[in-house]
Amino acid sequence: MTTQTASRYTAEYSKIEAKLPGGSLPWLLELRNDALKQFSGRGFPSLREEEWRYTNVSSIEKNLFEPRLEPSDQQIDKDWLKNYCLADCWQIVLVDGYYSAELSNLAGIPKNVTIKSLNELLDADAEQVESYFGKAVSIDEHSFVAFNTAWFGDGAFIRIPAKTLLDKPVQLLHVVTDPNRLAATRNLVIAESMAQAQMIETYVGVDQAYLSAAVTEVFVEPNADLTMFKLQCESEKAYHFGGTYVKQSRDARFSHHNFAFGSLLARSDIHVDLGHASECNLNGLYLGIKRQHLDNHTRINHLEPYAVSREVYKGVLDDRARGVFQGRVVVAEDAQKTDSEMNNRNLLLSNDAEVDTKPQLEIYADDVKCAHGVTVGQLDEKSVFYLQSRCVDEETARNMLTFAFANEMVTKIKQKSLHDLVLAEVLKRFPQRGITQDWL
Amino acid sequence: MLNIENLHVSVVDKPILKGINLQVKPGEIHAIMGPNGSGKSTLSHVLSGKSGYTVTQGQVTYEGKDLTEMAPEIRAREGVFLAFQYPVEIPGVSNIYLLKAALNSIRKHHGLSEVDAMDFLTLIKEKVRLLEMDERFLYRAVNEGFSGGEKKRNEILQMAVLEPKLCILDETDSGLDIDALKVVAEGVNSIRSPERSFVMITHYQRLLDYIKPDFVHVLAHGQIVKSGGPELALELEEKGYSWVENKQAA
Repeated sequence: MTTQTASRYTAEYSKIEAKLPGGSLPWLLELRNDALKQFSGRGFPSLREEEWRYTNVSSIEKNLFEPRLEPSDQQIDKDWLKNYCLADCWQIVLVDGYYSAELSNLAGIPKNVTIKSLNELLDADAEQVESYFGKAVSIDEHSFVAFNTAWFGDGAFIRIPAKTLLDKPVQLLHVVTDPNRLAATRNLVIAESMAQAQMIETYVGVDQAYLSAAVTEVFVEPNADLTMFKLQCESEKAYHFGGTYVKQSRDARFSHHNFAFGSLLARSDIHVDLGHASECNLNGLYLGIKRQHLDNHTRINHLEPYAVSREVYKGVLDDRARGVFQGRVVVAEDAQKTDSEMNNRNLLLSNDAEVDTKPQLEIYADDVKCAHGVTVGQLDEKSVFYLQSRCVDEETARNMLTFAFANEMVTKIKQKSLHDLVLAEVLKRFPQRGITQDWL
Repeated sequence: MLNIENLHVSVVDKPILKGINLQVKPGEIHAIMGPNGSGKSTLSHVLSGKSGYTVTQGQVTYEGKDLTEMAPEIRAREGVFLAFQYPVEIPGVSNIYLLKAALNSIRKHHGLSEVDAMDFLTLIKEKVRLLEMDERFLYRAVNEGFSGGEKKRNEILQMAVLEPKLCILDETDSGLDIDALKVVAEGVNSIRSPERSFVMITHYQRLLDYIKPDFVHVLAHGQIVKSGGPELALELEEKGYSWVENKQAA
């Protein structure tokens, strides 16, 4: 059944094929064909696949989401979009999957820094794209990667050259403006040796059903330091599939903060390959309400010795929402002296909310330090009583603790405009709980 | 102010307190001492309204009202303050916010308007100085990452800001080094007044060197087995708890 429905997308492919970028580049054509073949053979992932057993994606097969064939000329509600454009950032904006020069704000970026639409670069300097494209993730990873590789229409290319310190974050803003739209984007982010930068991926869209399928490949080269935020605030009717695939070279540092708030059905994959003595921090917060399904999948591959990884994912699920956390840490045979900690904590606020959590450790080396922990539960009664004994009524105490649980992840954001936006999005999701900003 | 009469309390059908009688008048300081497992903490929990305790007999009145009928937050707003033996860490809620929220709930409870932001800040800074705390503590999450001594100081800070009528100190001295103990004791002494009463629960006599009690009671096997003046504490220190425990058995 899966394969059959997937073929609806495959059948449509011939209509868009000619319009896709990079048609004159043999390496890209070949890759797209392989990806298409891969996708046609497997279809979208099914519950039978271990990595997808908690997330049923059949509804995106029922709806046939259609990609735009060229950039939109439609007017966009700029006042609404302004809420998501962060101050003190450079912006590269993708509308329905295509770069919008009009909405982007790249004035004053240092001359040696490249922030461009992927299409533009495929025309101007395809070799630069070729050396990174598909190098952090292969089309065999899972069929969404294959799907993205075959279907992508545009994306962002960001390269911070060696020894460059970017003093403002780069915001990559994905906007979907049409119902039933498929926005497939492919992004490449490269922090060259000793570079230091911050990036913010933001996903938003109109209050309609649409499909965002984004793959971001990230290269953190020797001794570089990259911090990435992903703020997924898609419409509550939307489908979001986003994968971030990271390659860390020797001594590189990478932090990722994943805020999964929107979508009816969202899946996020963060995969990190760690080189010698590199360091990665993965932080995540998923807030599910109503009938949302939020799946978070992380994988940390310790490939070489002395690397350090820290991971904290927290989930708050209310109403009939369902959260999934699958965190896998793999320590290769050569990765001696690995130091890894993984933690997943969940708060269930209603009897109908659900969370499926599966931390996995696979260790093939013998001299390592690895820990993992999971909790699923309600609020700590000792804390509720403590607040009550400080005059706070029980309901408010519970709301404060719920908010505090989530806010712990928000306080890790130092960039003020982003911090305030994320906080506002958290507060927006629990309005009935009377949570206010001065609790901070 | 506080009147405990023949109080019997059980935890999951196991009797812990077996007929406590205690009267606390305004301005008095009572120390309750006793060996481990004598029911000291149970008493403080019952007074502050923690769940899991069943009053099977007797009554507790506070300013003429039945205390056991009130929700914990109502007791707190009415002026009963428990300084915890193990203060709870609340990541994500700042100290200063909790203080403000607590103070405003008390004011609201008494029909007063919310505290003016500037007045609040002035008040709080004064109390912070009194307890020799760093102002930065105010902006940190409640007790998160605080040392044992800092947590206890923070309890006394809350007490100083909320100005309760009845302060219950549950083993406030445990885990404190001598310098921290002095600071905490000075904090307590500075808020003593003819209207404010204290019930200090402690395992050691040491705290009483710094906060002079009017009465000392010895709790053993869920009952007050001996009451006296401050000299009783010294006698206990010398002879050990077995002295009163044996006396009771005999």
